[in-house]
Amino acid sequence: MRFTDEFRDPDKARTLVGEIARLAAPLAAMRERPLQIMEVCGGHTHTIFRYGLKSMLPQDSIEFVHGPGCPVCVLPMGRVDDCVALARDPHIILTTFGDAMRVPGSQGSLLQAKADGADVRMVYSPLDALQLARAHPEREVVFFALGFETTMPSTALTVLQARREGIRNFSLFCNHITIVPTLKALLDSADLRLDGFIGPGHVSMVIGNRPYDFIAKAYGKPLVVAGFEPLDLLQSLWMVIKQLAEGRCEIENQYTRIVPEDGNQQALAALTEVFELREFFEWRGLGSIDHSGVRMRREFAAFDAERKFAVPNLAVADPKSCQCGEVLKGLIKPQQCKVFGTACTPDKPLGALMVSSEGACAAYYQYGRIDVKDRQPRAQGVS
Amino acid sequence: MSAVRMPTPAPTVTLAHGGGGRAMRGLIEKIILPAFHNPLLATLEDQARLSLAELAALGDRLAFTTDTYVVTPIEFPGGDIGKLAVCGTVNDLAVCGARPLFLSCGLVLEEGLSLEVLTTIVNSMGRAAREAGVAVVTGDTKVVERGAADRVFINTAGIGVLPPRVNMAATRAEPGDAVIVNGPVGDHGIAILLARNELALAGEVWSDCQPLHGLIDAMRAACPDIHCLRDATRGGIATVLNEFAVASRVGIRLREAAVPLNDIVRGACELLGLDPLYLANEGKLIAVVPMAHADAVVAAMRAHPAGREAAIIGEVCAQHAGNVILGTKFGGDRVVDMLVGEQLPRIC
Repeated sequence: MRFTDEFRDPDKARTLVGEIARLAAPLAAMRERPLQIMEVCGGHTHTIFRYGLKSMLPQDSIEFVHGPGCPVCVLPMGRVDDCVALARDPHIILTTFGDAMRVPGSQGSLLQAKADGADVRMVYSPLDALQLARAHPEREVVFFALGFETTMPSTALTVLQARREGIRNFSLFCNHITIVPTLKALLDSADLRLDGFIGPGHVSMVIGNRPYDFIAKAYGKPLVVAGFEPLDLLQSLWMVIKQLAEGRCEIENQYTRIVPEDGNQQALAALTEVFELREFFEWRGLGSIDHSGVRMRREFAAFDAERKFAVPNLAVADPKSCQCGEVLKGLIKPQQCKVFGTACTPDKPLGALMVSSEGACAAYYQYGRIDVKDRQPRAQGVS
Repeated sequence: MSAVRMPTPAPTVTLAHGGGGRAMRGLIEKIILPAFHNPLLATLEDQARLSLAELAALGDRLAFTTDTYVVTPIEFPGGDIGKLAVCGTVNDLAVCGARPLFLSCGLVLEEGLSLEVLTTIVNSMGRAAREAGVAVVTGDTKVVERGAADRVFINTAGIGVLPPRVNMAATRAEPGDAVIVNGPVGDHGIAILLARNELALAGEVWSDCQPLHGLIDAMRAACPDIHCLRDATRGGIATVLNEFAVASRVGIRLREAAVPLNDIVRGACELLGLDPLYLANEGKLIAVVPMAHADAVVAAMRAHPAGREAAIIGEVCAQHAGNVILGTKFGGDRVVDMLVGEQLPRIC
């Protein structure tokens, strides 16, 4: 198939893997541990596992640390509970993307609320939610908005469209978050030992490459913004390791076919018009991080579900046994967590990273258990 | 003054059609009997009476199965709920090596369903049954109020006869065996997805809904000792392969490049982030056969219309017991796990 096969060429992959191994071996030997490279974005985690990239790379010199860039995973339980409370209001049609429906709150997920009779509908775009509002003027349509800068522009533009049309029964329950303050918080934690970053491609398509400059300048770590095909990732990894080998540390862009240096000005203008930074926002597994979430500006109060309805604003602590934070910092691998695969599975996720297929633990569970050499064969109803 | 001409409403199913009285009798005589016509059904007794002697002449065990069909939409490219209700149950019998013989047909109809649609569905069942060489010999019809069901649900139970010494089972995969599929995977899942028109995507893809017992006869002629055989419906081939790996305590290595896949299915999966290994099929089977017979089985399958694109897609191995490992086209390895949650509701 054109435009995909070109980015999945096994011969090119072999060449890149050879180069990566050659450059990484002496660097890892010097550190007496594998190089730790964080892929920030959940989409990258998914690619790594789906195409089996880990199994192609030398395990003793390269280790992927799976970052916090899965918006579904890092959503705190309290926000899900708030959302379920909104959904239970019989006047409200609650709309959201499919993968947000499975996220467990302390009182169950939206999917369970739907089974219990709440009017929860899956949409493919916030514009579908706006269309529902037009079609049901007698109901209130709330869009459960979440995601990084990747999805923020479409939400912002939908709100602007609603305002233009004077639609009064449409609002957002805004859970958008922004990745840069969280990267800074990770870099500031004392126990972190990352060697470099693979930067998020789709976020950067909106915000450009400059917001990452501090990572190279203040923290001395290289970052390469990467695309999502497997060759994109291998090439980006090679670029990070080449920087390390040459003693450089810069922000580079591998995903030039999509990511402009300065981002997308129109999208940024829409974001700025509709959203402003919150003082702090809670991340599941990481705790509260300053300026890491956005809310709607006061001018858009009529479209803000948090102002329009009595949102309970629940705070729910992460389960004690959950070690998502340590996985996110690269201190332990998912399967080293005490509850991985036992109390915490994709069917019944306890921690953030098991929730979505883009979460590191879910990816390990689904695709990666081949690495766990001592794993017992599964016995499912067969003696 | 000219008369106002009201359009005649299309005749529809009413609660009376399930009431056991005259309307129900009319429905059975006008629509159901003609579609299924056979002497066992025509007696209109409360049960079909099957000759034990005739069954015993064909084998030494009965195979007995049931399945309920709730697919939406009820008509889709390549079939409809009626054809599905026959093929699905025929295949559940056929994959153990049984010869499918008799079906029952339980209909749950929603009040207001057009009689024309009902006729189409029931005729489609009749046609599929004749093509599969089975007879619908007993049945039941219920009508529920509008909103209590979605147009039509069908249950079919099936009886077949298993010849002596045929013993295919999920527990019998052995290291060294070949894993075979009879054609491109995921067509049914994508056909249903596109037919729902929720995604503003269009593409020419037909459900693979088809009976498989003829193909299985041809396979058994080429290799009398097929170790495992199952049709890959909900959960796709990934689910069947995991069932084999767990039940036989073996590993299964798949080669992604060898798994047949139609371009449109591949394209839709790329766009929607779906994995074709988990997509539903309604005319695909996975066979595990001794490697020495694999080429002969594939050749026999390719000579049959239901297996023209049959291919060896992997091998059974002793390592990774209980797991399915995919060698990706890209060159890496990954686990193919059981499906978590549901990829798509009401697919069959």
